[in-house]
Amino acid sequence: MIGRQQVPEELGRYALLGIALVYLTVLVALPLLIVFVEAFTRGLVPYIASLLDPYALAAMRLTLLTAAVSVPLNLIFGIAAAWAIAKFEFRGKNTLVTLIDIPFAISPVISGLIYVLMFGAQGWVGPWLIEHGIHIIFAVPGIILATTFVTFPFVARELIPLMQTQGNDEEETALSLGASGWQTFRLVTLPNIRWGLLYGVLLCNARAMGEFGAVSVVSGHIRGLTNTLPLHIEIMYSDYNYVGAFAAASILAMLALVTLVAKTLLELRQPELRAGIARQA
Amino acid sequence: MNEIVQALPQPIAGRPRPPTRALARRDARQFRVLPGFGLTLGYTIFYVSIIVLIPLSTAFVRSARLGPVRFWDVVTTSRVLASLRLSFGGALIAALVNAVFGMIIAWALTRMRFPGRRIFDAMIDLPFALPTAVAGIALTALYAPNGWLGRLLALAGVRVAYTPLGVVVAMAFVSLPFVVRTLQPVLGDLDREVERASETLGASRMQTFRWVVLPSIWPTLLTGSALGFSRALGEYGSVIFIAGNIPKVSEIAPLMIMIKLEQYQYSEATAIAVVMLLASFALMFGINALQLWAQRRRRAR
Repeated sequence: MIGRQQVPEELGRYALLGIALVYLTVLVALPLLIVFVEAFTRGLVPYIASLLDPYALAAMRLTLLTAAVSVPLNLIFGIAAAWAIAKFEFRGKNTLVTLIDIPFAISPVISGLIYVLMFGAQGWVGPWLIEHGIHIIFAVPGIILATTFVTFPFVARELIPLMQTQGNDEEETALSLGASGWQTFRLVTLPNIRWGLLYGVLLCNARAMGEFGAVSVVSGHIRGLTNTLPLHIEIMYSDYNYVGAFAAASILAMLALVTLVAKTLLELRQPELRAGIARQA
Repeated sequence: MNEIVQALPQPIAGRPRPPTRALARRDARQFRVLPGFGLTLGYTIFYVSIIVLIPLSTAFVRSARLGPVRFWDVVTTSRVLASLRLSFGGALIAALVNAVFGMIIAWALTRMRFPGRRIFDAMIDLPFALPTAVAGIALTALYAPNGWLGRLLALAGVRVAYTPLGVVVAMAFVSLPFVVRTLQPVLGDLDREVERASETLGASRMQTFRWVVLPSIWPTLLTGSALGFSRALGEYGSVIFIAGNIPKVSEIAPLMIMIKLEQYQYSEATAIAVVMLLASFALMFGINALQLWAQRRRRAR
């Protein structure tokens, strides 16, 4: 009786597992695999040649520059926001937390559009800036601004729940023992949140280097000047230069893989980090 | 009972609030021993304003200048309407498909031990970490008529690339992590004794799922699916390559915004953006409410 019931039960479990693994393989693993297969279809030499192309190199430089500016900006903001929100009680806190989430909720194309409406030639402050020789749209500052917008919540979103669960006791003890505010932050808070901080920066950086939609709106696609690596992929692809497109894509895919491995290692060290991503993912 | 409640003095804005909340706030202020509140909150509000609020407000100001009649005309042209229908419809189908498969995946990852489980678990976040343009060209290469999967599907007479179905596939790709990652912690916390009890009492596995598991996870399932829907709705990079972008057939709404911008029709672009923004905000508040409700329900159990 028991045996008869258990066999189909086990079968059912394995059937469900099979469905899960097939779905994941087809939907997620195959796209990753094909990036590398396509990049190397003609062999190693065209792959390397297409990465050493001056436009590809310029795109990589701009992508690195963009991340190098927007990630630190959002890191400083993330720490400040988490300090205010997690350590203190004030009116309008929930509203502020919701506002921080906005960039995750809206389309990347709209994220780019609002900066065009601000700084474009027909925009709000754009004409005045252009008169004074400051170009933001179809130029590097616009790309950095749009990237900063879309990656804005990552660090704050990771730190707020982490600092909330840690509470204020340790900081209050440090202060009562005579530490200054800055010493308390540097010697007590920072060591407590360092893994969460790294986690947030990691995700923020991956998105900053990979952002496509928002950057596409403000870039103007000027080769060698305002092309980031994701935009370079699009241009190569629409030129039917598939090796070039997939070679550039493989660089970003490797970045994604490194990010995932680092993220998994951080989660092994501190499992509660995962709670943050469930909310923001 | 209702009359009694109505007869009680109602709190009015400007009147002193109930004493407990006022006390709580004064307590909080008294215990504000940590430094840096003004500085960090001030900086946060300043930064949120210049990066998010002011740029975002320009969209609403600009579309208001269009006037309600022009606004309505822009968003109801047949091409724009078709793109909105595809974005909303595609995102809905992708969210529903992922609700089913995401639940199976979350279940398999939390309840079963099998070789490579950690790798499959890490893979869930790939759509989140992989840049959308990369996902876009990869999915297109896979599902193109001569691609690995496209060739197989062509035998069955199914075309995915350059059709609305391709849009749904790309949307399913980007929204998968939301369902799985929201469900996993809740499935892990479920009391398995209750499931065992239900089975001991003679319920089939399907009955146990329907009457025991589903009632405790469905608010979370709904939250995860809504998060996935919201992401798929605004998705651009991974969709535009596989969509083929045929007017009125496979153009998504974010692409319509892009097309209007390239034609320097800023007001038209903004009108479509405002429709999408209102939907996104409604979703955001809906999801917040759902999460609160799901949390409260879980705590009550």
